[in-house]
Amino acid sequence: MENGFSSPRSESFPAGLRVLVVDDDPTWLKILEKMLKKCAYDVTTCHLAREALNLLRERKDGYDIVISDVNMPDMDGFKLLEHVGLEMDLPVIMMSVDGETSKVMKGVQHGACDYLLKPIRMKELRNIWQHVFRKKIHEIRDIEHENIDIIQMSRNGSDLDDGHMYCGEDFNSKKRKDFDKNDDKDFGDHSTKKHRVVWSVDLHQKFVKAVNQIGFDKVGPKKILDLMNVPWLTRENVASHLQKYRLYLSRLQKENDLKASFGGIKHSDFPPKDPAASYGHQSSINLNQNDVANGYQFCGSNFVAQDAETKNNEGDLKIVSEIKRTLTADVSDPQKMRSSQSFSHSFASLETEASYPAFDSTNPPEFSWSENPETQIKKEHKTHLQLEDGYSQLPPHGQQHQIPINQLQSDPAVTSVLSLTGRDMSGSIEIKPLFNECKSKNVSHVSPTESAIDTFPIQTKSQLINHQSFEPISTVISSMKPQGFNLSITDLESCQRNLTSASDPNFAPINEDLTVWLQGDYYTMNFGQSIDFIDYDDPGFLAEVPFYLYDPLTSDFQCPIDSTTECPIVDQGLFIA
Amino acid sequence: MDRNHLKRQVDFMKRSFLDQGYLDEQFIQLEELQDDDNPNFVEEIVTLFFNDSARLLQNIEQALVSGPIDFAKLDNYMHQFKGSSSSIGAKRVKDECTRFKEYCTAGNAEGCFRTFVQVKQEHATLRTKLETYFQLARQAGPPGTSRGQVR
Repeated sequence: MENGFSSPRSESFPAGLRVLVVDDDPTWLKILEKMLKKCAYDVTTCHLAREALNLLRERKDGYDIVISDVNMPDMDGFKLLEHVGLEMDLPVIMMSVDGETSKVMKGVQHGACDYLLKPIRMKELRNIWQHVFRKKIHEIRDIEHENIDIIQMSRNGSDLDDGHMYCGEDFNSKKRKDFDKNDDKDFGDHSTKKHRVVWSVDLHQKFVKAVNQIGFDKVGPKKILDLMNVPWLTRENVASHLQKYRLYLSRLQKENDLKASFGGIKHSDFPPKDPAASYGHQSSINLNQNDVANGYQFCGSNFVAQDAETKNNEGDLKIVSEIKRTLTADVSDPQKMRSSQSFSHSFASLETEASYPAFDSTNPPEFSWSENPETQIKKEHKTHLQLEDGYSQLPPHGQQHQIPINQLQSDPAVTSVLSLTGRDMSGSIEIKPLFNECKSKNVSHVSPTESAIDTFPIQTKSQLINHQSFEPISTVISSMKPQGFNLSITDLESCQRNLTSASDPNFAPINEDLTVWLQGDYYTMNFGQSIDFIDYDDPGFLAEVPFYLYDPLTSDFQCPIDSTTECPIVDQGLFIA
Repeated sequence: MDRNHLKRQVDFMKRSFLDQGYLDEQFIQLEELQDDDNPNFVEEIVTLFFNDSARLLQNIEQALVSGPIDFAKLDNYMHQFKGSSSSIGAKRVKDECTRFKEYCTAGNAEGCFRTFVQVKQEHATLRTKLETYFQLARQAGPPGTSRGQVR
């Protein structure tokens, strides 16, 4: 896919593929260099892993693929593999004279896209370009999806009737599957279930702190593990989480780049109007963004803060915040991280004006780590985001959450943007409704289905439901504009009712996650606030709300949302399932 | 012609190396990589190998004679050496390496010592043979002539 390549060589692809070869054996290094040159590739050789990393870091975009030996004196090949995958997101091929299954498996686990046995043949090297190509295609697809989301969102914004964010269809099944998986794991097992760790918000925050402390460049699973001080966590858990985190961050960066090009889509009117308060982060985000320049930008959350007042009717308000922020923050720089930490900053979405549909990243978990103090909810929730395999929260891949956040009309602060857009939004961010005060209205917090799920750990379903104290949260979900998935909360009562029903065991969530989420959502949202809820009579309805199913939502939702609702309803479209 | 005769000799020699298992297919592959840009590619590689492998063998020797045997370390060194040997297609050497590694895994020190002697021997033998080979090849004429004609 030529267009996927930015290099000028694209016409003659795969010729000119920029390969970095790392091997401590000088004989092999020379042979490989010769072989690769014969393939018309552009070869750079390295004796040491450290040297290779330096080269890669110096020229971020200088190489297309890395080939590395497994056994090297200064650094384990797998470690290098991890680093490259996380920091640069390049395809890495491992080589070894040892073809033992366990080693090969380890390679795959660490993210190698291929594992070659020495002696290596020319024909094997001739084909390595496929890995580069494949990656490009995936990236492009992701971008396309994101674009569609963006478009959807904008469309939704302008046209209420259109409703639902599209997103969901493709992801539905995926989501479901993920949810199902989540379900399994859910309920807390912290017990190491086959290295399926639930990366709760807290855990992730610890992780992020540890990463910051160590310094992103020097970070390693062992160090992080030590700093985190979580007894039941294994090095492998951390390693895979770290990898995802990095991928996430780099994805965010890419998204940022992409965003620039998709400027049009954004909602221009979406300025985070929201009273400064809530968007305080925005500025911070911007900051972050700028900072990130070299690194991983957040780009993450698209905050679509909607001004409750204004928005509601506009329907444009969709606050989609990508929670990426936290993640990105980490990546780029510990410092930035800190600043970005406060979730509210989600990312610079500000610049994005429009909610960017979740940037789909292959799996970067998007955690809404909001460390923001404001989100109390978060605390409550403790988002037990469960993620399979260590991803914190959010069903792995492909889930996009967009949480449109509608601001409470009355309360500017709210805007919890939690939209987790992006497919991968794992870890939906918590809905951080900042709205504590916003009782009344509708904070439409549309948590992306996925995110929603994540935020409310499945397990927490019942827990959440019982949480009456969640005031702030409730605001989040509420108001949704009729546009699509609007959950308008007509009244607290119904909300409560719903919640209650949610707690019903029979509330068999279609997506359990959703349900839970929903429940939780409502719960949080409304309680304590006089939020108008849509009358959900039927738990199933709630369940239906799953974000990713926008269509069903539309149909199911009667969306009583009345335009009068002040809360800007988040377009369900925003929910990107 | 003398040249042709020499070429034939070179080819014959190579063929015998293959038949006797001193070298394997990898060596042929190396020859195929040789071209006008690198007319002496194979010889360069082989020279590089022998220089580097001497160092590796030293490491192993050291590990064997100094103090209590650390099998893991030995295995690691041998793994490197084996990988290196595979680069030029040194088949017999590689096989001895495999045997050595097996003894390492089994924690059999005596087996390791014995096998190591074999490794060194095969290594030395190959070196001599290849030196002769390249001398002959150079005499036979331009590199092109020594490209694997014998199949």
